[in-house]
Amino acid sequence: MAQGRLTTLSFGDSQQEGAILTNVDALLNWARKNSLWPLPMGLSCCAIEFMAAATARFDMARFGAEVARFSPKQADVMIVAGTMTYKMAEAVRRLYDQMAEPKWVIAMGACASSAGMFRSYPVMQGIDHIVPVDVYIPGCPPRPEMLINALIHLQKKIETEKASSGLRITSLLGAGKDS
Amino acid sequence: MDGVMNWLTQDRVGSALVKVLLVGNVAPMLVAFLVWLERRVAAWAQDRMGPNRVGPFGLLQSFADLIKFLLKEDVLPGHVNKAMYLVAPCLAVIPPLVVLALVPFADRFAIADVDTGILAAFAFSGIGVYAIALGGWASNSKYALIGAVRASAQLISYEICLGLAALGVFIVAGTLRLEDVVKMQADGFTIHGETLHGISKFFDWNIVKQPIGAIIFLIAAFAETNRTPFDLPEAESELAAGYHTEFSSMKFALFFLGEYVAIVAMSSLFTTLYLGGWTLFGVENAFEGTTAQTLLQILIFLAKTMCVIFTFIWVRWTVPRFRYDQLMDLGWKRLMPATLAWLAATACVVAFLK
Repeated sequence: MAQGRLTTLSFGDSQQEGAILTNVDALLNWARKNSLWPLPMGLSCCAIEFMAAATARFDMARFGAEVARFSPKQADVMIVAGTMTYKMAEAVRRLYDQMAEPKWVIAMGACASSAGMFRSYPVMQGIDHIVPVDVYIPGCPPRPEMLINALIHLQKKIETEKASSGLRITSLLGAGKDS
Repeated sequence: MDGVMNWLTQDRVGSALVKVLLVGNVAPMLVAFLVWLERRVAAWAQDRMGPNRVGPFGLLQSFADLIKFLLKEDVLPGHVNKAMYLVAPCLAVIPPLVVLALVPFADRFAIADVDTGILAAFAFSGIGVYAIALGGWASNSKYALIGAVRASAQLISYEICLGLAALGVFIVAGTLRLEDVVKMQADGFTIHGETLHGISKFFDWNIVKQPIGAIIFLIAAFAETNRTPFDLPEAESELAAGYHTEFSSMKFALFFLGEYVAIVAMSSLFTTLYLGGWTLFGVENAFEGTTAQTLLQILIFLAKTMCVIFTFIWVRWTVPRFRYDQLMDLGWKRLMPATLAWLAATACVVAFLK
């Protein structure tokens, strides 16, 4: 990974945390938790419930989370909704890798959490074998309210994060990853 | 205070810079409001609530999105053409902002008072296609390239209708200067300076003199700004995210910003050309010669522009997306002959009345 050509400033872990960084954390966390744009990873029937969560009855737009981005680079939270087979696992992991930091994952439904009833050779026994999961949602399929509940849980989790610890200020030309 | 406004409305380098600062800051703020409005109107159209958790009525939603994007990881994929990849998002924002510089917001209150204002405006809005073409090309990705090619073809097709529709206004007005076009719409039903009496003041506006032209201009403006029903360049169901598939964080946000600044620019052009600009049946001269007059005119202009912008959003959430052949069919086989016929008719009427 290319470091900044001129300077690299690091915040957080390596330095004493001051009042300024705490405020930065609060602002960043506020922005991040209220702007969770999902990458809809609809693998099977849970995806129907995910779609329902965007409709008039449930409306996850209230939390600013209705902007589904189909390009992983623009999304914040991957919602894996459905049964993940071994064949699909590669695609899921690749899309997760393509997402820009900071990123979160919601495992929606029994299949995504633990393969549910599919104790069989083609199904991966839970997506946490290949991607780190932030929130698990039980149910087969879970109702849209459960997904909204998971979003709220994720928002609470983001509030406690040290947002500035992952922050680097680099020169414009050297910034970013060579992926 | 009046001195300040007098100074601002004069043609000086200093006053122009102050106006640039004003417009350059107000336009992105307006965009932040616009994105919120878009999401709320979408929700209203679909019988939902829309973003309402951040600030009063969710008004701070756009700022949350902006801060998130500013400090999100800036992915620079290894397979892109770096120079073009960096230039494309900037090119998406700059041309529509330049178009805003040509629009007279009030009497003697355009940043650049160009004699051929509308030609310059169309020239700069035409540059906007480079952002999309470069973005798609530099990404070195199939979906992005297909989106860019689609966008280029679409923008070129509809720019013709846009220009031809606006030509009708200039045949009636006899000038290309935007300020004169606005003034012409305030002095009674005139054709080349000759007033036709007995017609009420409402009929001054070009939208009454040029109804077909106005409708075609509006349709072409939808296509120019890549709005549904013409949002094929980023058709999510087919192309992931279209020409900006490979762009992340602030680079993507710049494309987003550019799209909305383009909507503001197109709406203000429509207001100027067809809805009488800053004029409102003489109300605009209520405080003759004072600062309040200029402010009132700007307010009238903004109010009219907001109505046009609302129409943009309203249409987007009402009409489904076209298929590509339908889009080309509409552009070349329907709108283009209709515009030419309307242009010929306008020319004949003007020649007859003269």
